[in-house]
Amino acid sequence: MADPMRIRANMTGDKVEVKVLMAHEMETGLRKDAQGKIIPAHFIRNVTVTHSGKTVLSAQWGTSVSRNPFLHFRFKGGKPGEKVTIAWLDNQGEKRADEAVIAGG
Amino acid sequence: MRIQRVLAGVLAVTLPCFSPAQQDTQKEIERYRQMLQESNPAELFEARGEELWKTRRGPKNASLERCDLGLGPGVVKGAYVRLPRHFADTDRVQDAESRLVTCMVALQGFTPEEARRHPFSGTGAPMITADPFSGVGQRSVMTDLVAWIASESRGMTIAPPMSHPKERFAYQAGERLFYYRAGPYDFGCVTCHGEEGKRIRLQNLPKMTNAKDAQRAFGTWPAYRVSEGELRSMQWRMWECIRQMRFPELEFASDASIALITYLAKKAEGGTFDAPAIKR
Amino acid sequence: MQPRMILALALCGIGVAGCATRPSDSEAERAVAEMIKASFKTRGQATIDRLSQDDAQALCSKHAGELPKGMSDGIEKVQQAALRYPSSGKLMGDWRQGERIAQSGVGKQFTDDPNRPAGGSCYNCHQLSKQELSFGTIGPSLYQFGKLRGSSEAIQKYAYGKIYNAEAFAACSNMPRFGHNGVLTEEQITHLVALLLDPESPVNK
Repeated sequence: MADPMRIRANMTGDKVEVKVLMAHEMETGLRKDAQGKIIPAHFIRNVTVTHSGKTVLSAQWGTSVSRNPFLHFRFKGGKPGEKVTIAWLDNQGEKRADEAVIAGG
Repeated sequence: MRIQRVLAGVLAVTLPCFSPAQQDTQKEIERYRQMLQESNPAELFEARGEELWKTRRGPKNASLERCDLGLGPGVVKGAYVRLPRHFADTDRVQDAESRLVTCMVALQGFTPEEARRHPFSGTGAPMITADPFSGVGQRSVMTDLVAWIASESRGMTIAPPMSHPKERFAYQAGERLFYYRAGPYDFGCVTCHGEEGKRIRLQNLPKMTNAKDAQRAFGTWPAYRVSEGELRSMQWRMWECIRQMRFPELEFASDASIALITYLAKKAEGGTFDAPAIKR
Repeated sequence: MQPRMILALALCGIGVAGCATRPSDSEAERAVAEMIKASFKTRGQATIDRLSQDDAQALCSKHAGELPKGMSDGIEKVQQAALRYPSSGKLMGDWRQGERIAQSGVGKQFTDDPNRPAGGSCYNCHQLSKQELSFGTIGPSLYQFGKLRGSSEAIQKYAYGKIYNAEAFAACSNMPRFGHNGVLTEEQITHLVALLLDPESPVNK
């Protein structure tokens, strides 16, 4: 089971500002280990952010996103006390979802 | 003209050393620092470390919650900035990482070898070949724990004690080691860290005998090293320097490593601890 | 180590008032030597004997920052006597190879392949060519080294000697004694001399 994400969700003006730190190797599949073997690719393919049942952000990532990715975005329509859920799915089928409560501005 | 002078006078009183333009720059620097810190993956290590502190592990199936880091059993807040220090139970001067070894052995029943295994997390990068500490995706319990323990001293003043004779001896030994020139490159720590304003390639080098430089250096380790995608501790920093000095290997949590860290901590005394930080 | 000795070292070392005996330097040296034995270990090509200091290293460590003139002269004299030049008499090689050697930072670390030639790590401390922006400042800039000095036999001999054993010219120099310590080969040093002195070298353009 992958490590939990660290999520901060705050109101800035009328928007919700979200900052997410994801724990993930984001291995490109191009590196070799100390013995010269290719380290298998292991990276997040999809990120989905939902609020009140609606998808507010959908991302398709590849190997250019670095290890332990940081995602920072804003969306309209959220209010303090409501939940935001961030979910990711990687190329090896692993997934993780965490939620955060929107704090006041 | 007179109004400007009065204004300048007022500003000089209320904002010492800062002209309005400089203050904007400072604000921007602070804002940038905050942005970097909010995206610092060190948080992920700290979160794991906090969990591990409370997790029952080892043959004794115990947590580390009774571990004494110098301020009493279980007291973590503020402990890191008061290390290294002498401990009565081991009658040794110890830094955070060697103290964790002690606690893993005493509280959790691990052997010293087990407690010292994989102190550094691994990227599997070819840079470190056949390294017993690294491995692809190799997590290090030690790294996670020291990340969290350090974070519990963030913002506090660096204040290693220097009252016990062994603490003073560790400082002196560290100082002698700092100036110790050896190996095929004739390097000592002083070679790179003995002069002000120098850099190796494009990496600035702190002069360790200069308080401000030492404070900034000591105050920003442990740190998340972006180029490695790993969190690196003071023990790692010493190990890595020694490797690049063409010396034989510095053993993890050894007396010499602790002596060096004691010397550096004392040189950094009075600085504000701002770790885990984020570095290149 | 005896507790009494630790106490004596500790109390007297930091100038505590009323301290009768200051431990001799040799006692403190012995304490550090013991600590080194217990804290370092051989790994790969980095053997523990690397920490045994030669005379220059020992003196430079002991008197760091405050080397008496007589002592520095003495060190330089000994290092000068240890200078070795190629028997062929050819001191200038190929600047292109020299640039590669100057750029390379590998060699002698326990993570390095001992069969791979060491580099000079020159850019770690020096500016050399104008194009290379990633250079250190631990040593002086060597840009236009040859342009300013010419490439006479005397200058070739100086440049070769300096790289071979920097302490022959400056006791306790921060610069590694690349030839004396067996880091770089004779041939490699001739390529570095060319990098510095050849009018076609980017260092002199």
